[in-house]
Amino acid sequence: MELIYGHPKSLKPIQTKYCPGCGHGVIHRLITEVIDEMGMQQKSIILNPVGCSIWASIYFDFDSVQVPHGRTPAGATAVKRMLPDHLVICYQGDGDLAAIGTAEAVHAANRGEKFTTIFVNNAIYGMTGGQMAPTTLVGQKATTAPYGRDPDEAGMGYPIRVLEMLATLAGTKYLARGAVNNAANVRKTKGYIKKAFEAQMRGEGSSIVEILSQCPTNWAISPVESVGWVESAMIPFYALGVVKDELAPVADTVKEASK
Amino acid sequence: MALEKRLMKGNEAIGEAAIRAGCDAYFGYPITPQSELIAYMAKHMLDAKRVFIQAESEVSAINMVYGAGATGARAMTSSSSPGVSLKQEGISYACGADVPMVVVNVARSGPGLGGISPAQGDYFQSTRGGGHGDYYHIVLAPKSVQEAADLTYEAFDLADEWRMPAMILADGMIGQMMEGVSFPEPKDPATRVAKPWAVGNRNGRKDVNHVDSTHLVPEEFEQALHARYARYEEMKKVLPRFEEHFVEDADLILTAYGTSARVCLGAMQMARKLGLKVGLFRPITLWPYPEKRLGELEGKRFLAVEMSMGQMVEDVRLYTHGKSEVSFYGRCGGMIPTEEDVLAEIRKILKK
Amino acid sequence: MTEKTFMAGFGGQGVVSMGQLWVYCGMKEGLEVTFFPFYGAEKRGGIARASVIVSTEEISSPLVSAPDSAVVMNMDSLPLCEAILKQGGTLIINSSLVKVDTKRTDARVVKVPCNEIAERIGDVKFANMVMMGALSKATGAVKLDKLEAVLKTFFSESKHKFIPMNMQAIQEGADAVG
Repeated sequence: MELIYGHPKSLKPIQTKYCPGCGHGVIHRLITEVIDEMGMQQKSIILNPVGCSIWASIYFDFDSVQVPHGRTPAGATAVKRMLPDHLVICYQGDGDLAAIGTAEAVHAANRGEKFTTIFVNNAIYGMTGGQMAPTTLVGQKATTAPYGRDPDEAGMGYPIRVLEMLATLAGTKYLARGAVNNAANVRKTKGYIKKAFEAQMRGEGSSIVEILSQCPTNWAISPVESVGWVESAMIPFYALGVVKDELAPVADTVKEASK
Repeated sequence: MALEKRLMKGNEAIGEAAIRAGCDAYFGYPITPQSELIAYMAKHMLDAKRVFIQAESEVSAINMVYGAGATGARAMTSSSSPGVSLKQEGISYACGADVPMVVVNVARSGPGLGGISPAQGDYFQSTRGGGHGDYYHIVLAPKSVQEAADLTYEAFDLADEWRMPAMILADGMIGQMMEGVSFPEPKDPATRVAKPWAVGNRNGRKDVNHVDSTHLVPEEFEQALHARYARYEEMKKVLPRFEEHFVEDADLILTAYGTSARVCLGAMQMARKLGLKVGLFRPITLWPYPEKRLGELEGKRFLAVEMSMGQMVEDVRLYTHGKSEVSFYGRCGGMIPTEEDVLAEIRKILKK
Repeated sequence: MTEKTFMAGFGGQGVVSMGQLWVYCGMKEGLEVTFFPFYGAEKRGGIARASVIVSTEEISSPLVSAPDSAVVMNMDSLPLCEAILKQGGTLIINSSLVKVDTKRTDARVVKVPCNEIAERIGDVKFANMVMMGALSKATGAVKLDKLEAVLKTFFSESKHKFIPMNMQAIQEGADAVG
């Protein structure tokens, strides 16, 4: 009998600490499914940052390096340079990538470093308890924006569309934005991840997959409401799809994966 | 073995020694007075087909060193005082995750932007764990271009052996001056210690490797810190190194490291010619400090000489257990004491 | 033997190169050597100084605070060198540019018209080599007998054609010392 669906080998069969409705678990699963499909479990390394995803290393059944907050792309740069035949994944949240680690993210992208960044954008700081992120939407409430994000006040300015910003850099080759709020978006996102990982292993430039993800706990709504909020509030601002694709032409894995 | 001497700046000699020690990757950011070092590495690491990256910041550079070190590679960065302050974040993480690396500080005067002239004001930062948390790391203080090369060459082995950063604490004088230097043969990679903890190349290894400084359970973290401090105690038994001259019969022992120790050597020789019984104690390892030897000399009179407002003098007082009279003479802000200055201070103390 | 020398002039006079060549030759002659340069903020026209030490012993302080000999390449450098030269030290003066007498009556004074000699050889740029020849003769600290080989590694291939003129400058500088 053929097994058509099961627990990914690269994901340990343990319960996560993530909150109900959180998107990290689904994203972990997508990453590990692709790694299994590519047969890369023995040669994958994840750099997990500070934030909720600091737990990532205990769930993945492959090696990991934990780096200071925001320095994830610097660490990933070196790991990939030293081990170019490995699949190196730089897992970052919105605070890690777009606030404290903006310099590292921009310059690693500009150097065309050949690792893949999985950028989890949930428009809020999760682990520290619901503070404003660089991606928090205008008007969205946070503990540090109690009256809603006002670009003129509270210090964080306007929400940052990271991929569009990085698309101007010559070093970026593949930038795509997905979401994990419904089955169709999950399937498409997996396609983006696979395309990015495969591009990495072909030695192409910087690849980043941004994933819009739910944080019902810090948004203070139910898990069911949270997937709706991604659709109604986030996607209109953070448009889904491929933002930049300058990869060498190969078989279109995105179409296949989303069939 | 008679090796041919080359005339080199300290900065360049450190670079050449690192390459011969098997430095696989260098990451840095330009800053005076160490910029010859990053330029040397750019040329020679790339020529040797090794990894070289000029990073966007010191912060990024040290985290690249951390990433490379996590894979088991021999990695290095270099900077000068303000840049080394920026690196303290990464150094703390490396100490917390037991990642070996070599960090070179060609120190200049501070605080703040300060000046670009040589200084020794980074002693506290270097020897007390300059970042956050409970830790120490190896600190080696060369006095010459030759010793800068020798200690750099050795630092990679020490870092690997003890699984921690090894810092070369030089100063702008050591970095900028030229002296004759001979180099040992390139190290055979086969002699490196195994790093079964490193990430990558799993090849069926059952357990995954995590290079990580996270400990969110206080009881477990306390135990881990105790284990690391037990390693520090082992290091204190075998690593301390020093140079001494005429300490046994001395009425006054000069203590200094690096450039100021060279000045003190000259002052001591001048004093001896005048019949003054002066000795010299020069720590080569600033951490672990040669505290045992200093303790054996307690009761003697000391004069600590530094290019700072007085930092190592506190260790001299500490390790002579309050039983010695310890004086201090320092120049700061990029000024270097002269042999004549130190001799005058010696005569003042000995009233001769 | 330990000879501490302080060299001073303005940027472009080759003071730093002179210091480097001095210690390079010293090293090739089996001596311990130290060279420490000082530049002004400007690459040309500013002040240029070099502290050099050659010794048969381990060198203590790399700082030259009371030099045994001082090289005065221009007028501005004279007061500086006079101030630090040790008692009874040797003051070697580029008399082409320094037209006044030193106030240091204790010093052994050697005057060499470096610029004139260099120009006669072919280019004022050899003035530093004239001075180094004089320094060698006056102090005896570095013989410069390995200079030709040193210059071959010091200069790029395209400049090797100037080596004979450099050697001539050294010789004439030495000859100028009475």
